[in-house]
Amino acid sequence: MSARERILGRVRRALADVPPGEDAPVERDYLRQHGKRTVEETVDLLAENLADYRAIVHRADAEELPDLIMRLLAQRGPQYVLVPPGLPPEWLSAADPTRVHDREISTARELDKVESVVTGCAVAIAETGTIVLDGSPDQGRRRITLVPDHHICVVRVPEQVVSSVPQALERLDPARPLTWISGPSATSDIELDRVEGVHGPRTLEVVLLG
Amino acid sequence: MSGTFVGMPAFPEAAREAVHDATLRGNLRHATHTIRAKRAKAVAEVSDWATLREAGKRIKDHTLRRLDRYLEQLEESVTAAGGTVHWAADADEANRIVADLVKATGESEVVKVKSMATQEIGLNEALEAEGIRAYETDLAELIVQLGRDRPSHILVPAIHRNRGEIRDIFRREMGEWGRPAPDRLTDTPAELTEAARLHLREKFLRAKVGISGANFMVAETGTLVVVESEGNGRMCLTLPETLISVVGIEKIVPTWRDLEVFLQTLPRSSTAERMNPYTSMWTGTTDGDGPRAFHLVLLDNGRTDTLADEVGRQALRCIRCSACLNVCPVYERAGGHAYGSVYPGPIGAILSPQLRGTGSEIDASLPYASSLCGACYEVCPVAIDIPEVLVHLRERVVEGGQVTSRGDKVVLKPAKGHAAERAAMRAARWAFSRPAALRTGQRLASRTRRLHPRTLPGPGRAWSGTRDLPQVPAEPFRDWWLRTNGGKDGAK
Repeated sequence: MSARERILGRVRRALADVPPGEDAPVERDYLRQHGKRTVEETVDLLAENLADYRAIVHRADAEELPDLIMRLLAQRGPQYVLVPPGLPPEWLSAADPTRVHDREISTARELDKVESVVTGCAVAIAETGTIVLDGSPDQGRRRITLVPDHHICVVRVPEQVVSSVPQALERLDPARPLTWISGPSATSDIELDRVEGVHGPRTLEVVLLG
Repeated sequence: MSGTFVGMPAFPEAAREAVHDATLRGNLRHATHTIRAKRAKAVAEVSDWATLREAGKRIKDHTLRRLDRYLEQLEESVTAAGGTVHWAADADEANRIVADLVKATGESEVVKVKSMATQEIGLNEALEAEGIRAYETDLAELIVQLGRDRPSHILVPAIHRNRGEIRDIFRREMGEWGRPAPDRLTDTPAELTEAARLHLREKFLRAKVGISGANFMVAETGTLVVVESEGNGRMCLTLPETLISVVGIEKIVPTWRDLEVFLQTLPRSSTAERMNPYTSMWTGTTDGDGPRAFHLVLLDNGRTDTLADEVGRQALRCIRCSACLNVCPVYERAGGHAYGSVYPGPIGAILSPQLRGTGSEIDASLPYASSLCGACYEVCPVAIDIPEVLVHLRERVVEGGQVTSRGDKVVLKPAKGHAAERAAMRAARWAFSRPAALRTGQRLASRTRRLHPRTLPGPGRAWSGTRDLPQVPAEPFRDWWLRTNGGKDGAK
């Protein structure tokens, strides 16, 4: 007998006490979001919670964005900035550093030489201060927001901002690879002292665009 | 300290050693109290916590009661998404599957995300025996691995080590495993973390095979979820060409939507954060992004035996948040190693004896590693009634009876060493079913109360060594009731 048959057989024998017809749906009487907020208040809460977990938050409109991104990159003095294939070209129109376009053949070692990456996002969650990337063309592969040390993520407000985790899941497609990011990489493994930056980017800058 | 739990002494013995270690107690007290206070604050932020907790409990129970159906559905959706599903009835089978998968890639080293399931089956040791080196990449797991130590906490496995000890381990051992620690490494957490970052990055960048567990698997979509903070998880899940995930069969949730409950309760219960820094979700393989091959190993290893116990099966609801450890007065003093299992603390005290059976001395002692204060139940985000299961397992240890072991029903003999307890229970049963005898006994006890010893002689000595014997009142309650007409006569 295969392990599969053995395990499924054990499960069925173990559940002999469960009535065959039992199939009550799970009630979902918890909240869809916590508290009522206007759109502006929701965006403010996102900014507040992002900052609380040590992300650096900026605000800009479409006109200010290229200059802001240029300044953020210049502060780090990077030689290279990594760009996913579908990033709106105007976002980087004012930036000096050499653009590295993420290609499938580029190795992790090549990515390791790049200082900064600029991406969009799929959705941002105000109550938890989370941005979610789903691998769309303006976000690129999962590794490009992981290996470089500096990640600039542009969130379109208000259309990409939701209040809560349940609302975010509704919008996301499970068939895509998803990365949820709440602040920069962090650890509390040494005496529970929080230290930012272990393996993921040590600096996360979120630009609220709108 | 050896890396294995085999041959561990029973809990009381292991704990006695631990409670005399002042450094250990200091480290533990600091850590558990810090996280306990933070968690309470994080939970208080969510006004519907009680409802979320109840929903989490109901989703998990529903899943467990239909586990066969959801396992088949999961297999189908993972396969449809480009993954390969393997089934492992026990640790040996799982280790064999993983070793063969690694060998098939031609690689002799793998990077690992912290995973309770692979610790439970001793995967690192099994791979070592096959000439494959497994690198732990979670900072705490790295500390444990470099220190040739064992994890002592579910969430922060090196909680028993302070910064000075960690610096010494890094200085001494890092060079053996790869990039050595920087010269003049101090004991600040920032410098220690930087040393780990440099040491591990070279492993991430060359790794061809990654091994992980998973926090959740969604039957409906075939999606796996890993919740972490450092980014080592993201590294292991996305940089290698082959990803092998070893996951206990109880980690299933039926639908995508079910994640909305656990992604709210897990981070707040475990790290006391609104959300952990990184959560990765993947469904099979994706062209051009992440590993080209994905293998899911579904692990039984005692879980179906646990499922067969109608009281004990609720332990399978556990989402490994570790909140119960941080509030437990016994864990705080004894530390994680005393539990002799990768699952320490209150949840370990009910999970290990069910997964492994109560045959060994350590497993038979674990249901007693508790004061039954109930704090663990209060904080559990899926409402596992740990005290109920503890009492249930104590009865099993003392009385024996029918249990399921490796899928077969067997009759368990009462454990050795509980003869006095059994005799006392038998005597109590006899007396309680004979009112006249009980009354006579109680009166006798009252009249001789001044002659009672303060500690018990013989086999009861161990019990009274840590407890005061209850004082017998001057008059039995039943006599008082009769004399005063249940207190109505006003007499005292």
